[in-house]
Parts: sequence; C-alpha cells; structure tokens
Amino acid sequence: MTEPRALVAGQARGRVLVLEEPLSFWGGIDPATGEVIDVRHPQRGAIVTGRVLVMPAGRGSSSSSSVLLEAVRAGTAPAAIVLGEADPILALGAIVARELYGVALPVVVSDPAGLSDAAEVEVRATAGATEIVAAEDPG
Amino acid sequence: MLDLSARDRALLDGAHGDAAALAMRILVDMAGVAGADRLVDITSAHIDGCLYHGIAGLEFAERLAAGDARVGVPTSLNVGYVDLLHPERYRGDPADAERGRRQMDLYLEMGCRPTWTCAPYQLAERPSLGEHVAWAESNAIVFCNSVLGARTDRYGDFIDIAAAITGRAPLAGLHRDEERRASLVLRLEGLSSRLLDADALYPVLGHVLGREAGTAVAAIVGLSPTTSEDRLKALCAAAASSGAVAMVHAVGRTPEAPTLAAATGDAAVPEISVTPARLRAARDELDTSTGGALGAVSVGTPHASLAELTRLASLVAQHPPKVPVFVNTARDVLAEAERAGVVRALASAGVEIVTDTCTYLMPLMPEIDGPVMTDSAKWAWYAPANVGVDVVIGSLEDCARSAAAGRVVRDETVWMPQ
Repeated sequence: MTEPRALVAGQARGRVLVLEEPLSFWGGIDPATGEVIDVRHPQRGAIVTGRVLVMPAGRGSSSSSSVLLEAVRAGTAPAAIVLGEADPILALGAIVARELYGVALPVVVSDPAGLSDAAEVEVRATAGATEIVAAEDPG
Repeated sequence: MLDLSARDRALLDGAHGDAAALAMRILVDMAGVAGADRLVDITSAHIDGCLYHGIAGLEFAERLAAGDARVGVPTSLNVGYVDLLHPERYRGDPADAERGRRQMDLYLEMGCRPTWTCAPYQLAERPSLGEHVAWAESNAIVFCNSVLGARTDRYGDFIDIAAAITGRAPLAGLHRDEERRASLVLRLEGLSSRLLDADALYPVLGHVLGREAGTAVAAIVGLSPTTSEDRLKALCAAAASSGAVAMVHAVGRTPEAPTLAAATGDAAVPEISVTPARLRAARDELDTSTGGALGAVSVGTPHASLAELTRLASLVAQHPPKVPVFVNTARDVLAEAERAGVVRALASAGVEIVTDTCTYLMPLMPEIDGPVMTDSAKWAWYAPANVGVDVVIGSLEDCARSAAAGRVVRDETVWMPQ
C-alpha cells in the first residue's frame, strides 16, 4: 500500500463516513444541509457535515468544487476528505476555501480499506508527511 | 518541484494585480495536486464557475472583480442561473435570481464572451487537435478531449477562470500524451445494426462507460466511423455523470484512435464486453418511474444543436404534444434556428425553448404531475435530486411520441440482441 498523500494540507478530527460509491458533490450533496441527495447513491440521506468523508474516487460535475466551497461557507462541509484516487475538483474546492474563508479542510489520497465507518480519527496532512490515526480521546 | 516562468512569478508576486496573483496561487496549488512540474500556455478557456450555487461562488467572483480580473485568452461561458432571454420563466426565489444574475455579470466584466452554453463545442470557433485549453463543465471536457482532440484536464469551478486570467494551466493529466491512452476497452458485442443506429443507444452506452471506467480513459470498439457529434455528445455527457470520465476513444471515429493500438499505445489492457442485456439494464437504472401519466418532456442537455432542434420541430409537428415540452439550447444556436424557421415551428407546437441555462438548474418548470421524460442520461442522472422529479429516458422520437400520448411510449424492440 502506498503512503497517504496530502492533496490539500490541514488537520482535522471527526468520525469516519465511508461512502461505498463515488459521489458528485454537485447534484449529490445539498450544501444547505450537508445531506447526500443523489437518489441513486446507496447512502442517500447520510449527513457529511463534520465527518471524515472517505470515498473511492470523485465523480461527475465540474461544479463540485463550488458545492464544496458553499458547504464550507454554510458550515455543512466534511471535516476532511479521504479519496482512494485523487480528485482534482474536490481538492480545488478546498484550496479556494482556504483562500476565501481561511478554512483548512484536508484532502488526502489514501487506501480507504484501512478506515472503518464511524471510527473517530485525526487527519494530519502536510506536504512532508500525512497520517490518519485513531483519535486518542474518543468523543 | 514546480518550475515557473518569469511571467508566472511576476503574476504570483502581484505585479499584475490581486486577482492575477490569486489566480496564479490557485494554479500553483493545483499543479501540486496534479504533480505538474511546469505550466503550459493555453489558447482558450471555458468557464463553469459563472453558474450560481450559493453565496460562496458569488463571493469568489466578487473577490476576482475587486482585484481587477481580466481574462488573457478567448473565454466562453457555461450556462448561468438565469435565462437572460426569457427571465419571466423563472419560478424561484427572486433573491437567488438576483445573485445568479450578478454572478453572470461579474464574469462578463472580466472579459468572457456571453455564450451561456454547456456545449461550447457547438460554437463557431472551437479548438483543434492538439491545442492546449482549459475547459470546465464535465460534458464539454470529455467532448473536447475525445472528439476535438484538444487537450484539457478535468477542471472544475475556480481553476477555469484562474487559467483564463493567466493564460496558463498545469502541464499534467490529459495535457500529456501518455495520460490520453486508453487503459480499458469496452467492446460492443451482439448489438444489432438497428441499435447502433438508434439515438436511444448513446446516452445509455455513456452511462455504462461512466460506471465501468470511473476515472479511466477507455476505448470503445464497435461504433460506426460516421457516428454523429450529437450522438457522441450524449455519450460523453452521460459518462461524465455516472463516472469521472474526462476522455474516451471511439476506435475508428475519434481523432486519436484510428486503431485500437493507437488508442492504447500498443499496451495490453483489460476488456469489458457490452451486450444488449447490459445496455437494457443500464437504461432501466436511469429510469426512476415509468408508469402513469407523463408530466413533461425536457430535452437538450447538453444544449441542443441546430440539427436536434430541427428534428424536434419535425417530430412535434407530426405528434402534437399534450404535456409541456422544454428544450434547452444556446443563444447562438437559437439565432441560427430562428433564421431557419425552426423556432417558429417549435413555438407553434407549444415547445418552450430555454436558453442560457438548463431546466434542471433552477425552478423553471411549472408544477408537474408525473415523471419527466428526457433523451439525456445526464438530465436523468441529476434532475431527481436537483428539481425533485421522477425521470424516464428515451430517444428524442420516444420523447415526442410520449408527449403526444401523455404517457411513456418507447420503442423497446431496439434493445433486442442481434
């Protein structure tokens, strides 16, 4: 397995939400509520807000960067995003969130197999070293 | 390590204003994400970020405008939130319409052209084989790489305008020869010549492609060398919805795939067989409802071409619709259609022509009772969540016949195996 790699640096902590399928943020998440609204997604209805969102890859729209930015502004965004395959469009949303709102939302490429749904983890992503570890003080 | 030119560094240092510096910071960060070691000059850009999704995108545009942003290359604009030619059709919150319009205005002030279309490849000027460009809008990205052979990576909102302002893009991803090769083959097997000549095939095949390829470049074997751009458009849009596809080769049809070996770079790659049964199952996956009375028809996602508008006009003349029929198109195509008398024919059959935007982006359709039929897998994919309707997919002719019948009427015989 390759080492985790930071697409966008930052530190975050939250409960893991593992998505079984890729999700397009545009048409897939309502930034007003943080809810998965894609009717064909197996986890329709899940709330991404504050979670360490784990998904195999990105999907779909070029506007997903806008929806992620809007979710950051509205306070409904995930705490961090962990991708099995790099997705430039989600990384872009996080990069502009830092520019516009000073929010560091880490976006990391890492093997999703190592992460269990609902586990409390810390994501520490820097250009030099990136790790996702169990949070020391659960809750 | 990223090697910047003297001009790149001057932009980054703010010598050309705050907006250009912000644009270059975004490019430098995204070059890091993509693993690029330098930037490349682009000849044009297509902007998706002009569409309002909430206050954040508007604030980003305001920040650029306050920093004296001007585009440095010819730049077209994607759909916006408001149909500027038919604003009276809007049925949502007036405050959103005002913000959506403001966002559109800001991009015009930066020097972008008021094209307002998700199908910039249907404009008179479009990039040629081998040109480096920066396009956002998922369907346009696939069409640009695959059918035009121009080179764009899978860009999203914000880097699109950053590239337009600076005239630069990270030299990575689909800008590079080796990334454009197919790593997967979809082989069409047992499809009748009738199915290959049916409009219904192409959005559904694109849906299968998106599901199977995910983020990969695939090569499709078995399409006709004369497959029309409209059919490829439907295929590309679908693949960029159910997957993250940014390029596909149609062997014998698209410019970088004269042969399968050319598409794969002579590499041995995995093959998937696509059968009529697989396609029929994919078609059924796109439907969320097929029963009862039909509520409306929406076609033209991506924006209809003149050929598609002409065909729709002829179909609705033969089969006068009983339910509302909407067609989305670009204002440039509308102007051509007006000259050709097609707009008059569509209007006399009661077809509502939407420009500058799309029926699944904002509240535009009246209260609809029953599913909406479409010929677009992309519309079928997104509309249930975006506008809260059930969807059913068929060919353009199926849509017209169904609108006339007031219920779903589809030619199911096309899906029979050879």
